[in-house]
Amino acid sequence: MNPILIRGGRVIDPSRGADGLADVYLADGRVGAVGRGIVPGEGAIIVDASNKVVAPGLIDLHVHLREPGQEDVETVATGAMAAAAGGFTAVCAMPNTDPVTDNQAAVGFIVSQAQKAAKARVYPIGAISLGQQGEQLAEFGELVGAGAVAVSDDGKPVVSSQLMRTALEYARTFGIPVADHCEDPTLAAGGAMHEGLVSTRLGLKGVPAAAEEIMVARDIILAELTGGHVHLCHMSTRGSVELIRRAKEKGLRVTAEATPHHFSLTHARCEDYDTNAKMNPPLREPEDVEAIRRALKDGTIDVVASDHAPHHYDAKEREFDLAPNGILGLETALGVAIRDLVVPGVLTLAELVDRMSTAPARVFHLPGGTLAVGAPADVVVFDPAEKWVVRPEAFYSKSRNTPYGGETLTGRTEVTIVRGRVVFDRTRG
Amino acid sequence: MPALGKDLIGLETLTADQIRLILDTAEPFKEVSERAIKKVPALRGKTIVNLFFEASTRTRISFEFAEKRLSADTVNVASAGSSVSKGETLVDTARNLEAMRIDMVVIRHGSSGAAQFLGERIASNVINAGDGKHEHPTQGLLDLLTLRDRFGSIAGLKVAICGDILHSRVARSNIWGLTKLGAEVAVCGPPSLLPRHVEELGVTVLPRIEDAIAWADALNILRLQLERMQAGFIPSLREYNRVFGVTRDRLARAPKDLVILHPGPMNRGVEIDSDVADGPFSVILPQVTNGVAVRMAVLYLLAGGTTAVSAAARGEAT
Repeated sequence: MNPILIRGGRVIDPSRGADGLADVYLADGRVGAVGRGIVPGEGAIIVDASNKVVAPGLIDLHVHLREPGQEDVETVATGAMAAAAGGFTAVCAMPNTDPVTDNQAAVGFIVSQAQKAAKARVYPIGAISLGQQGEQLAEFGELVGAGAVAVSDDGKPVVSSQLMRTALEYARTFGIPVADHCEDPTLAAGGAMHEGLVSTRLGLKGVPAAAEEIMVARDIILAELTGGHVHLCHMSTRGSVELIRRAKEKGLRVTAEATPHHFSLTHARCEDYDTNAKMNPPLREPEDVEAIRRALKDGTIDVVASDHAPHHYDAKEREFDLAPNGILGLETALGVAIRDLVVPGVLTLAELVDRMSTAPARVFHLPGGTLAVGAPADVVVFDPAEKWVVRPEAFYSKSRNTPYGGETLTGRTEVTIVRGRVVFDRTRG
Repeated sequence: MPALGKDLIGLETLTADQIRLILDTAEPFKEVSERAIKKVPALRGKTIVNLFFEASTRTRISFEFAEKRLSADTVNVASAGSSVSKGETLVDTARNLEAMRIDMVVIRHGSSGAAQFLGERIASNVINAGDGKHEHPTQGLLDLLTLRDRFGSIAGLKVAICGDILHSRVARSNIWGLTKLGAEVAVCGPPSLLPRHVEELGVTVLPRIEDAIAWADALNILRLQLERMQAGFIPSLREYNRVFGVTRDRLARAPKDLVILHPGPMNRGVEIDSDVADGPFSVILPQVTNGVAVRMAVLYLLAGGTTAVSAAARGEAT
């Protein structure tokens, strides 16, 4: 494998507090050197990064790759390619596949599919409970042994407080976070969008913010009881932000993520019954969007995660209340985040790289998220100023379900390098 | 540009002038139904499909009479016994109907937004006959026409909509129609059956039925569905009647005689007592009569009829 010299870019590495012009030299799958005027070794591939940002590869803690079970909408390979095209060098695959990723063989299958794809790294997340049924604990030890980096019943909340307590306690043995999809199922039952003025006008059953906040509060209380690490998925309400802020002030082991859609879109997008604006948790109110943005700034919410959720093109082509939840995220996350967080001055570019790379690596204890010498050669080169129009038909993902189609985003991946190998290069397509 | 656009999805998106146009157009059509030969040729040669995914008696028959009295050819499709019960999607059903070269679809569907969804995907005119909890525009229009018949004008009228506002498409269409025409609107019902931020639709919330009766010129009393009790929104139908029922005793304490509307079907003894429903101020049956005229007006206007309404109603060629 040839060494790579990324020359003349603005190197942003939050892990070392670095932000300035430098070359980055990658050799033997590791970061070999970072500095000015590096002389490349024999046969090195030169990547010209002038006017570009060079950063540790982005890491997405929350994606749905649909394999096994729904290979017609996404596979590990197409998801890993979409990730690479979006600047992600690693993604964490949620276990709500069919069958559920609740045993070591299922985890091993995803690891093996990811190795064959050889694009972005794919870390499986194991189920908390067998079949995500919320009853019997899965074998965390075997899941971790096969390569799982966290456990979650995402897609469903852990309804039983007793099961959640046990999961948080037991997960401590393996040092893994328990990622929860916070939703009180009785308050959320049948809901198709956020409960508010728009749902009242459209006549759609709403999910109140309280449905999320009640479970956030419970999980925080259980984190305090158990000393376990709870990771709160896709936070969407200002009330949740307030609860997390207080938990962090108490020093509890609570981390949280927010999706690009929850800091860029509001429930107004459900007007005209646009099913590409249907997701769970639902798009909320402008005050919630504002609170999520501020929480990403002050670190109350640790990371940006996409909740990439592919669906077949005609699955969304139906009545709003019957359409499935979720949108694609991997190929638009960076552009939405720069457009809606960096351009308006909410986050600096360095802060965004932290929330999309360094912090995710820290939260899930993953390799990467740094350009320190000796770190894995997982790197993204992106143009922070390029404006581009989202054309869903050009996605690497197998699916097309995005509310951003036709919108202009700011910031685009140029080159993605995983384990010292170029897995995506926009100039070559 | 046709006076109403291609489809009638709801009253929220209509202007006051468009609503008045429909009501004014309905006037001459009322008389058609009073004739011995209840037929005019206004829609001769037009094909209309009545696509009913939910049970309906009154609305479906009312539309069918309206279509037949305008001389349209009509087909009724109910979900039971159709390809829908075999799992066909709404968009496929619609495309197949359109492939048979129809002119209009009247749709009743349990999902909010279904009528708009259909209208955006087929070239035929789409009329919403009730979509989920969203709108039931022709019901709203017939309520407006009935109130206008009774009071002469809608502007300044005080109308209280009573009952299960949360799940009611009739309530939403009434709120839009009445407020656009200048009525004052209040809603009254158990807080568990009021939608969030309903006051931002331009209505007042009255907590008790006694308040509504003391305030209003007319009450539009919504049907309380038995399922609401089973789903736990209210403890029992008996208690609902005790607390929110419109009874003769309560009406007797009103400062004036209130006009009583109900979209049907009624639960006598639950939201409305029999002696109120059958009483002298009830306009529940005139509502039904007006329903045919309003639907004739909507069909006629969507088909492109604009002027010479009275000529159409007289049966002259248009």
